[in-house]
Amino acid sequence: MKILVPIAKVPDTTSKIAFTDNNTKFSPDGVTFIMNPTDEWYALVRAIELKEKQGGEVVVIHVGLADSEQIIRKALAIGADKAVRVDADPSDAYFVAAQIAAHAKTENYDLIIAGKETIDYNSYEVGGMVAELLDLPCVALVQKLDIENGVATIKREIEGGTETVEAKLPLVICAQKELAEARIPNMKGIMGARTKPLAVVPADATEKFTTIVNYAVPEKAKECKYVAPDNVAELVRLLHEEAKAI
Amino acid sequence: MAVLTVVEISEGKIKKASVEAAFYGSKIAEGLGTDSVAVVLGEAGADELATLGQLGIKKVLHANDARFNNFDSKAFSKAIGEAVNASGANVVSISFNQNGKLLAPRLSVRLKAAYVPGAVDLPVFSGATATVKKNVFSGKASAQYQLNTEKKVFAVNPNSLSPVRGTGTATVEAFAPAMTDTDFSTVVKATDKIVGEIPLSEAELVVSAGRGLKGPENWGMIEELAKLLGAATACSRAVADVDWRPHHEHVGQTGLTIRPNLYIAVGISGAIQHLAGVNGSKVIVVINTDPEAPFFKAADYGIVGDAFQVVPQLVEEIKKFKSAH
Repeated sequence: MKILVPIAKVPDTTSKIAFTDNNTKFSPDGVTFIMNPTDEWYALVRAIELKEKQGGEVVVIHVGLADSEQIIRKALAIGADKAVRVDADPSDAYFVAAQIAAHAKTENYDLIIAGKETIDYNSYEVGGMVAELLDLPCVALVQKLDIENGVATIKREIEGGTETVEAKLPLVICAQKELAEARIPNMKGIMGARTKPLAVVPADATEKFTTIVNYAVPEKAKECKYVAPDNVAELVRLLHEEAKAI
Repeated sequence: MAVLTVVEISEGKIKKASVEAAFYGSKIAEGLGTDSVAVVLGEAGADELATLGQLGIKKVLHANDARFNNFDSKAFSKAIGEAVNASGANVVSISFNQNGKLLAPRLSVRLKAAYVPGAVDLPVFSGATATVKKNVFSGKASAQYQLNTEKKVFAVNPNSLSPVRGTGTATVEAFAPAMTDTDFSTVVKATDKIVGEIPLSEAELVVSAGRGLKGPENWGMIEELAKLLGAATACSRAVADVDWRPHHEHVGQTGLTIRPNLYIAVGISGAIQHLAGVNGSKVIVVINTDPEAPFFKAADYGIVGDAFQVVPQLVEEIKKFKSAH
């Protein structure tokens, strides 16, 4: 089974978010970049588990510039077999999806497993877009995925519960929590990652559907109004009369 | 020209998330001076669909076809693409809910339409482009997105706006997209809905608790408070990971993102990963013994105190409040 896992580079959750050029550009100063958690912890690890069980190959694809090498090597250290980097700035989801789809068209993948969202733009876009570009079925918010005889059994989140669906491969999956347990690369993996193939390919010319005009940071943290622990009635009054929340 | 809203049906009723999307679509149509139209896929009663008129929808294209009763992203994308053509729409409104998060990016590709996921206010149109606000970096910032294509798709973040109902009645028209059985690619084998509880993702009030509760046996008072308020229960990642609470209750960066009107957090310190899942809540109440807990910085109301004393009092006060109102 051949599995493709798109991975993204994102600022670490604890990074301070700041903007430059009159709030039109994200400032990378002092920011630690990591592999997007849902890509790494769930999509990549489940792909590797399926390969370990059934044989095949796991390829990671990343749209980004040369400074992404570290996260790509990490994916290889965790257990991907080879990597492709599309050499372009990933500034628009459609642009990224088009690059991934262009690569996937040249290789016959049985399965594409993406993370449900990136933690920077929180857009839940790339998996669905890749599926539409390739005219493939897609299931998102996936918590469980098993493959048998070319048929996937998938548990996905719905409002207030879960749904189990079946779909034939080839297929696109958008992974979330519970799909797998994060793996920490071991020394053997880290050493091996250095020599695994990493192809760098130019980007396809693709229009960008959206542009970000500017950013804003919330003005100031809210002012918390404290209520004494022995005056809970006051909290109820405030929630009703002031906040109109109950 | 028209604005087309994708309306989802669950057990014969219009989903709450779709009510918001319909209201959002109608508001956009009003601003553009064009018609607000909806598309509904799957079996539903015409009376229920006609109520979309109260949200400003003039016409509903209804594919009353059982094959659409279960969500299949590939088939839905194809059918809605046809509805866009049939209605002459150049704007699509959809909820940024579970299904919308997958369907909207597919529609963006199909329609060659710029797409903004999780819009939090109404777009501003200027010539052929539009701009709209969306939250980024897990709520630590917002961004103005410009949509550069003629067709545009907006997925509206749940609980971003309060729909106001008017008196209209929508006309329901049969809609028969040209589907073949091979268009349907997923088969639903089972659904597992948590019965008797309010789904967390749709709840307007949420009571949440974390490690400060010391053990799973202490959740009785949290459940009682939630029940009194008609709230859903939620929890922090720490307690879901040790199985004190089920995973589906976990809110935060790697769990569910919610935006209720009221979020009461008991014994949760408020790590940045947790805040990422709840900082869109309208009103946040934090109850914690530690006055330095970071959650107080994101709270509207705070009580520095022991949950085991404060929550039972809160239960009593809410009982009094409920009997008086």
